[in-house]
Amino acid sequence: MYALDTVDLEVKSGEFLTLLGPSGSGKTTLLMAIAGFNRPDAGSIRFADTEMILTPPHKRDVGMVFQSYALFPHMTVSENIAFPLKLRNVETKEKKQRVQEALDTVQLSDLGNRNIDQLSGGQRQRVALARAFVFKPQILLMDEPLSALDKKLREHMQIELKRIHEQLGVTTVYVTHDQREALTMSDRIAVINDGKIAQIDTPHAIYNQPSNQFVADFIGESSILPLTLEADNKLSFSGQNIRTDVNLNSARQWGLLVRPERLFVADKNSLSIDEHLIFNGIVRDFVYQGETAYAVATINQSYELAFRFGTDASSTEHMMQTGDEITLGLNRHDTTVIPLEQIDQS
Amino acid sequence: MSWLKKSASDTQITHGRRLWLYASAAIIMLLLVIPTLIVIPMSFSDSQYLEFPPSNWSMRWYYEYFESARWMRATATSFQVGFLTMILATPLGTMAAYALFVSGHKLARVVFTFLITPMIVPVILIAIGIFYAYGKAGLNNTIPGLVLAHTVLAIPLVMIVITAALRTYDLNQERVARSLGATRTKAFFVITLPQIKFSVVTSALLSFLTSFDEVIVAIFVSGGSNATLTKHMFAALRDYIDPTIASISTLMILISTTLLLATQIFGSKEK
Repeated sequence: MYALDTVDLEVKSGEFLTLLGPSGSGKTTLLMAIAGFNRPDAGSIRFADTEMILTPPHKRDVGMVFQSYALFPHMTVSENIAFPLKLRNVETKEKKQRVQEALDTVQLSDLGNRNIDQLSGGQRQRVALARAFVFKPQILLMDEPLSALDKKLREHMQIELKRIHEQLGVTTVYVTHDQREALTMSDRIAVINDGKIAQIDTPHAIYNQPSNQFVADFIGESSILPLTLEADNKLSFSGQNIRTDVNLNSARQWGLLVRPERLFVADKNSLSIDEHLIFNGIVRDFVYQGETAYAVATINQSYELAFRFGTDASSTEHMMQTGDEITLGLNRHDTTVIPLEQIDQS
Repeated sequence: MSWLKKSASDTQITHGRRLWLYASAAIIMLLLVIPTLIVIPMSFSDSQYLEFPPSNWSMRWYYEYFESARWMRATATSFQVGFLTMILATPLGTMAAYALFVSGHKLARVVFTFLITPMIVPVILIAIGIFYAYGKAGLNNTIPGLVLAHTVLAIPLVMIVITAALRTYDLNQERVARSLGATRTKAFFVITLPQIKFSVVTSALLSFLTSFDEVIVAIFVSGGSNATLTKHMFAALRDYIDPTIASISTLMILISTTLLLATQIFGSKEK
């Protein structure tokens, strides 16, 4: 058993890269290897072109933010932020100036003299961040830095972190298990599963063109319908052909990935088979969730298809009940074909 | 007595229904303390012999103690050995506790248990063992010999106190410090040590007390001009009973309680 197995990852200069995966997938192990706290049994870690695998953490020039903040409680806010500068023998005047700049960047300009126990959770996270970037490290590493905050503050800090990243332009590797956080903040996302990279791409591509079933399942809500490979090497679902750019030559099972919000409730006659995929089914579950309603329909008596629709006044006519017959449309541009790991007949 | 009807805790039990608990707690505390305190009035006795309660009061046994060269030399030895034990056991125990806590090695628990065995094994066995080992090494009746023996007894205490402190400490602080540019040693001294310093002071005081109060090992291993205060007291009790013992005991109680109170104060500061 390896914690990490054949991970090949290149972070571009200035990029915000997120390692996203379920707990135990190896994402933190990978981050700690970059920071130098655990040494891989084999492999190579290079910053620019310098081999780092034998370099101890304190010589790697890496800024680090932990979930637990790990602020030094026996120092003030300013002393915490000045810590890396002090170790680099930055002269007093410049040190003061850079600490103040860092405080300004994280919008804590007036709190330099506070003690750590006088700060709120969000403020602590900002101090931890300022301390990690004040010495202009080559890389900024963050290990689930927002997961201890409540939802509202977390969402606010996501935007804030993105702004700070754009302002500083520092190469950032960010670990999270929260897919929305990853989609919100990243230039690219590496989805990690079982110590391997399942897919690495932009948030848009990860969401819209997952390259395998794990990524399709893990990111967002999804229904996956098994497809039939016809004799003419074309895919179809209950008689409707599915166009795809995917190379179908390998002998695999294929599935149609359907995102609930891409489906719409339609009048049978208003849909065109050229533009839409059409699913007829029966509503099995229906849940009102505020901004949208979530429902599951059974189609062809065997497959489940989850869908969402708006709850605005014009949509209320669609307010449905369990057992109603329903027609769902999907724009053909929104179809994604993925290889299946196993046949899912649920 | 409306106080008796007030609820003592969230469980709605009143103080009145808990009176038996308060009373038994008080009795137990008195039983613990009275045997210790009884020597205090005895030490101010005018009598030739130990008696309680004293028929006449005087300070003569305190003069006896302070004017005796023999008692003074034994006292100096005890302080010297206690101090040396403290400065040896505190860093050694702290280092061991830190290493075993941080390593996460599967043998760490085994090694920890091994190092605290001097607390579990009857001290008399340790004393006998050390006596024969020292016989070969020529360390009996020497200060270094006694200091090493007491250090063995003090290290478990230091380790337990320091490990408890490390458990409430976020080791990520040390990781952060290292990533920010501090060497591992520097990270320990600048970040970790300041945050466990009260526990270090506490364990230092306990190390001193372990040595200062210790009698069994001292009986075997110390002697001649290097005999400790406790050994002299033990010998004095056996050979001739006079109230000097009571006056010395009173002074020792004073020192011990002062140091224990100090550890309590330092211990509560770290929270």
